[in-house]
Amino acid sequence: MIYLDQAATSYPKPPGVIQAVYETLQHAGNSGRGAHHLSLSASRLIFEARCEIADFLGAEDPSRIAFTANATESLNLALFGVLHSGDHVITTELEHNSVLRPLYSLEKRGVEVTILPANWQGVVDFSALGNHLRSNTRVLVLTHASNVTGNMVDMEWVGEFCREHGLILIVDAAQTAGFYTYDLKHSPIDILCFTGHKGLYGPQGVGGIYVKPGLAVPPLKVGGSGIQTFSKTHPSQMPEALEAGTLNLPGIAGLMAGVRYLKDRGMELICHEECELDRYFYGAIREIPGLEVYGDFAASIRCPIIALNILGVDSNLVSQLLAEEYDIYTRAGGHCAPLMHGALRTRELGAVRFSFSHRNTKFELDSAVQALRDLALRLGRETL
Amino acid sequence: MSTTRVVVTFHTTTEAMAWEKACKEAGLPGRLIPMPVQIRAECGLAWLITPQEKECLIKGAARLNLSYGNVVELE
Repeated sequence: MIYLDQAATSYPKPPGVIQAVYETLQHAGNSGRGAHHLSLSASRLIFEARCEIADFLGAEDPSRIAFTANATESLNLALFGVLHSGDHVITTELEHNSVLRPLYSLEKRGVEVTILPANWQGVVDFSALGNHLRSNTRVLVLTHASNVTGNMVDMEWVGEFCREHGLILIVDAAQTAGFYTYDLKHSPIDILCFTGHKGLYGPQGVGGIYVKPGLAVPPLKVGGSGIQTFSKTHPSQMPEALEAGTLNLPGIAGLMAGVRYLKDRGMELICHEECELDRYFYGAIREIPGLEVYGDFAASIRCPIIALNILGVDSNLVSQLLAEEYDIYTRAGGHCAPLMHGALRTRELGAVRFSFSHRNTKFELDSAVQALRDLALRLGRETL
Repeated sequence: MSTTRVVVTFHTTTEAMAWEKACKEAGLPGRLIPMPVQIRAECGLAWLITPQEKECLIKGAARLNLSYGNVVELE
């Protein structure tokens, strides 16, 4: 089996991640719910993971990292927490539904939403950002990299713009955490939302949110916190403010192991290896007749994601044949990014997405290239 | 009645964990216990020391810039 769907979830997980989850299930108490050995061990593990992730992301204070279930929960927390009726928010056509759907919901509650268009390559021109500012503009929410094309947004430039105009910058790092090296302490990013199961190599069902010191995000859910039991209101201190209910301890343990794996291997090397695979695959498929590849490949850095179609052929059929006949796993369809597919003019066919990690090999990519060559010849002829 | 034990309170579990880690690394005295019932504090964990250890601990905490709630003397 050749797994080229790393943007959906990373596979295989490093052995240390699996071991960490297994061991935690054997010995887990509930963090913050007692002072006996098992409970304290759980609290210590969570604190250790918080420190590890804060260090990995370059955050100034581990207490500014709260654990969530995934990037979607983090983004909901951020958007529903920060935006109120009468506010204006700017976003782009690059976004995943985890950004768009909360915004559509907020729009019904009186939030004004501007969506910047992407061009045919799926690239947004941010130079005109100033033209979209209003007196009530409060937030800019952006994905750091498109989950369809892999193209990245220049977050430093956008961040400086936000600083200059007093806007809160919320970043969806679902595809970039574990690929891009963050230095949040010195970054203009105010809120970073990430998932644990993609580039960070953790298990599914765990993610997190970073909130810059001085910025308060009210919780979406309230309840048990292990502190302030007799208060009628949920604690406001980070990170407990955003962590109502029992945390996913096995997931957090696995996520910490994933982050340690990345640190041990080195982010510079990982980024280099993944960019190399991205370039290698694009170089091999660009000349295949009958293929259309989406995105901007002149960009200096891209996430290792490539979306394409065999002209006129349903992407789901191509992905199905790749799986059934070649044992190559990809993701077809709309990738939860409807506006991006509008920009790429692929709403009807969707696209076949290939996504790589440093654990993939050029040998695997060669097999995928050959399969695409075969299918393009076969299906292309059938559609004539 | 004289003071027999001293506890440090915390605002959050995270603060208690940061305190424990720093104190252990610095060799400061004390250990985590469940918050005694006569103290109404925000977090259910407390740091227990003897009265004789109080001065050393508080000076150490200041040196390490550790945040905490209160220092409470119990009879």
